[in-house]
Amino acid sequence: MHVTNKEKICNQQSPAEGCACSGQAPGAAPADNVSSRRNFLKSAGMLSVNSLLGTAALMTMSDDARANMDWAEWFQGNYRLMSDEEKALARARLERRYSREYGKAVTVDGTPAQEGVLMGYALNIKKCIGCRRCAKACVEENNQSRGKDQEIEWIRVLKMEKGEFSKEKMNQGYPEGLGIQVGGNAYSPAGVVLEGEHYYQPEAVPEKGSVYMPIACMQCEKPPCVKVCPVRTTYREADGPVVIDYNWCIGCRMCMSACPYWARRFNWSDPKLPKEAMNPVTHYLGNRPRMKGVVEKCTFCIQRTRKGRYPACVEVCPVGARKFGNLLDPNSEVSRIIERKQVFRLKAELNTYPKFFYFMD
Amino acid sequence: MDKLKRFAVDYVTYVVKGSPAFYAWIALLCALILGLLYGTYLHAADGLRYTGLTDQVHDGLYLANFVFLVGIAAGAVTIVFPAYVYHHKALHSVAVLGEMLAISAVLMCMLFIVSHMGRPDRLWHMLPIIGIYNIPNSMLAWDTLVLIGYLFLNFIGGFYYLYKKYTGQPLNDKFYLPLIYVSIVWALSIHTVTAFLLNTMPSRPMWHHSMMPIRFISTAFAAGPSLIVLIFLIVRARTRLWIENSAIDLLATIITYCLGLALFLTLSEVVTDLYANTEHAMGLQYLMFGMHGFNDLVPWFWGSLAAMIVAFAILLTPYWRTNYRLLAIACILAFCGIWIEKGMGLLVPGFIPTPIGEFTQYFPSTLEIFVTLGNWAVGFLVLTVLLKGAIGILLGEIAYAATAQDKTISGNAEVSIAPELT
Repeated sequence: MHVTNKEKICNQQSPAEGCACSGQAPGAAPADNVSSRRNFLKSAGMLSVNSLLGTAALMTMSDDARANMDWAEWFQGNYRLMSDEEKALARARLERRYSREYGKAVTVDGTPAQEGVLMGYALNIKKCIGCRRCAKACVEENNQSRGKDQEIEWIRVLKMEKGEFSKEKMNQGYPEGLGIQVGGNAYSPAGVVLEGEHYYQPEAVPEKGSVYMPIACMQCEKPPCVKVCPVRTTYREADGPVVIDYNWCIGCRMCMSACPYWARRFNWSDPKLPKEAMNPVTHYLGNRPRMKGVVEKCTFCIQRTRKGRYPACVEVCPVGARKFGNLLDPNSEVSRIIERKQVFRLKAELNTYPKFFYFMD
Repeated sequence: MDKLKRFAVDYVTYVVKGSPAFYAWIALLCALILGLLYGTYLHAADGLRYTGLTDQVHDGLYLANFVFLVGIAAGAVTIVFPAYVYHHKALHSVAVLGEMLAISAVLMCMLFIVSHMGRPDRLWHMLPIIGIYNIPNSMLAWDTLVLIGYLFLNFIGGFYYLYKKYTGQPLNDKFYLPLIYVSIVWALSIHTVTAFLLNTMPSRPMWHHSMMPIRFISTAFAAGPSLIVLIFLIVRARTRLWIENSAIDLLATIITYCLGLALFLTLSEVVTDLYANTEHAMGLQYLMFGMHGFNDLVPWFWGSLAAMIVAFAILLTPYWRTNYRLLAIACILAFCGIWIEKGMGLLVPGFIPTPIGEFTQYFPSTLEIFVTLGNWAVGFLVLTVLLKGAIGILLGEIAYAATAQDKTISGNAEVSIAPELT
């Protein structure tokens, strides 16, 4: 039953719709591949519990979403374990759905990890002026939800105090009268720590007495979020970035608890992504539009970097504080920074081994 | 097979019949379940946006109730253990009631996890073979495994016992006793693994200490038997099943020990964390005293602590502990105190401040409260039905002989069950 349903959707696909996926259109798929998918659907359909849950899922959706969601997407397996044909089909399906939903030709790329590449990032905290153009560019590039209702930013810029020690504070020791003296200046924050204000609204940046430290996903080599995921929907790709199969995520949020850098965001409702602002050049594991109830995070702009481009934040940074490159290439900018500057990683004591390095001139 | 069919029919016909008070209770639970259905519809239609959860505090009431109820499920072992290991006679005769409680509690755990999940429609992704089951890495996968195992152990053990009672056949000890002993050890595992779920994450320093599993078990073995004592007192008052004083007294002793241990562990944590008062103690400091003007959780912490201390004082004094009115008050206080301690006292401050030092307060939304009440209502509905059926069988009011005699041997069977009916 689901199969016929699916075929109908496939057949409705016509070149006139201007879908950018014509190269991977279902009609072009080899016949044996279609039949194997049919078998998969049949066997999956036999699991009555699944069907019931799926029906419930479809019934409770708004009309728009229901029209755009088809059974095959709900039944698809984990992207990492799919065969190349299944991956292509899954992407083609999404391209059709997104193109319909956003009224433009959307591509969902599936470029795999590149041989001999380990993506790395370096950030010069001395140069950062806290303008947050990176955060905004990231939102536009990566199709995050925006607006008052649900605003998601993957990059947060922390503002920290340079530190001020004053005569006036000398007598504000604490605790008083208990015999042990604590310096009155003890509680003045100073220098680069991970705690900072990230909602600052200044007239102009940089502000006097402040230093800035942008954070995002650190793309750990040993990511705690990956370990805790009960369904392995989040995993480390061979070329470095930690990615999420948004279609496989069950929304348990264990990864958010496990992340020591507060890098992950949850879609508490359907993302608010205006049609005109939607970036149609997407990657399956990267910036394709997400759905409600799943987790998302920075992927080093996988849709750009696997095509040899810089991440959006690197491109937009007006002071050149952000550097990106291949850690395996000794001549890449990142490798040269690690070679020549003193770099540090955040919360190194947790043994997460981030591929996101900080340095100062 | 025919016997089994008869068992099911007799069981159902017995549990659906009751006094007006019984129907009123069921109606109340059903009304609360309506709230759950509406909430579940909203969660499915619009996601979790109507909850008070944020990216900063992303686990709240649902997960807290889950953690607490795992403890209640594990706490059922406080009946089974003395009954089968120490051969406590009074508890032995009602041990099956503990298993019924465990079944209901695990069921509630599952409901709360479904409410908590962003995509419950994708739960099948966790099923082995058709999905991916990230074992041995994911603690959540381990927790699912031990909880489902515990549900099966109690379901099989409990209903095997009831069925044998129903048919009047002797228990096959070679089958039944290993089941019981495994379930005793298994009960410890469910709350231990639930503690591991939280304390294996160094990103949340408030949880990251090795004391959590034993603290979970001590609080579970205080909250679980507290609920059991309350249930026993209700059963004694409302049904003809008499539960011996010695059973209740032993449970009261267990609660006393475990509550004392829980209070001691709380004190240890406070001293360990606040003495040096590093950044890692900020969650606890926020919980106990508030920080930077944020102090939503302060009354919860002190309220919970006060409830537990008062309960402990009542329980520690033999004169008060044996007064069942006071004992009931102590049990309610201990149960509520530990419920607050698991939720507002442990889960929420684990997220405050966030790893980047942000303070975000969390308060459950009305919808969250309704869904929570609804999940509890489902649990209590199941518990009511299971207890009623079990008590009916223990009393001999549901028995194979009793129904069989209508058709075959009239007279004889009636005489044999008559003494139990009085």
